[in-house]
Amino acid sequence: MLCAKVIGKVVSTKKDESLTGIKLLVLQPINSKKEEIGKALVAIDTYGAGEGEIVFYSKSKEATFELKEPFVPADAGVAGIVDYITRG
Amino acid sequence: MYAAKVIGTVVCTRKDDRMNGLKMQVVEPIDLITLEKQGKAVVAIDAVGAGEGELVLVVGGSSARQTDFTKNKPVDATIMAIVDTIDIGEKQVFNKQKKDG
Repeated sequence: MLCAKVIGKVVSTKKDESLTGIKLLVLQPINSKKEEIGKALVAIDTYGAGEGEIVFYSKSKEATFELKEPFVPADAGVAGIVDYITRG
Repeated sequence: MYAAKVIGTVVCTRKDDRMNGLKMQVVEPIDLITLEKQGKAVVAIDAVGAGEGELVLVVGGSSARQTDFTKNKPVDATIMAIVDTIDIGEKQVFNKQKKDG
């Protein structure tokens, strides 16, 4: 998993049926110093993460394991909202 | 998933049988914040009926096979959503209804 900051959202009415009701968030991956690493991506979210919050997300099929029915075309999904990160 | 613009289509007569009936679109990845081109164009299977010029979301890897259209097919990129709006912070960076995005 990687950490990321929630920086926005995507709204789509015409999408695969299995994604109905699932939020699409724009995430900016960050390192443990909260520095941006890499490009922003879109991820599904079932945790209700808000803009500005730090989350961690899973990639590939693991992204859909949060869902009751994981047969969903998503390759990034929020796996939790971060309370705090400790280093060293 | 990443955002991309549909820039064309690919037609193949000779292909894997499992690909019959699938619409193959050429998509060009774009930056979610600036909407500028980002990376090389790829071919993606269209699972939502996107038209040329539309902004879409593309899923890659094995998750690309997680739609009724692409299940058990040799596919590693699928268009799974057409974007209506993208909001970054307070700003709406893209709106399908507006001509200039």
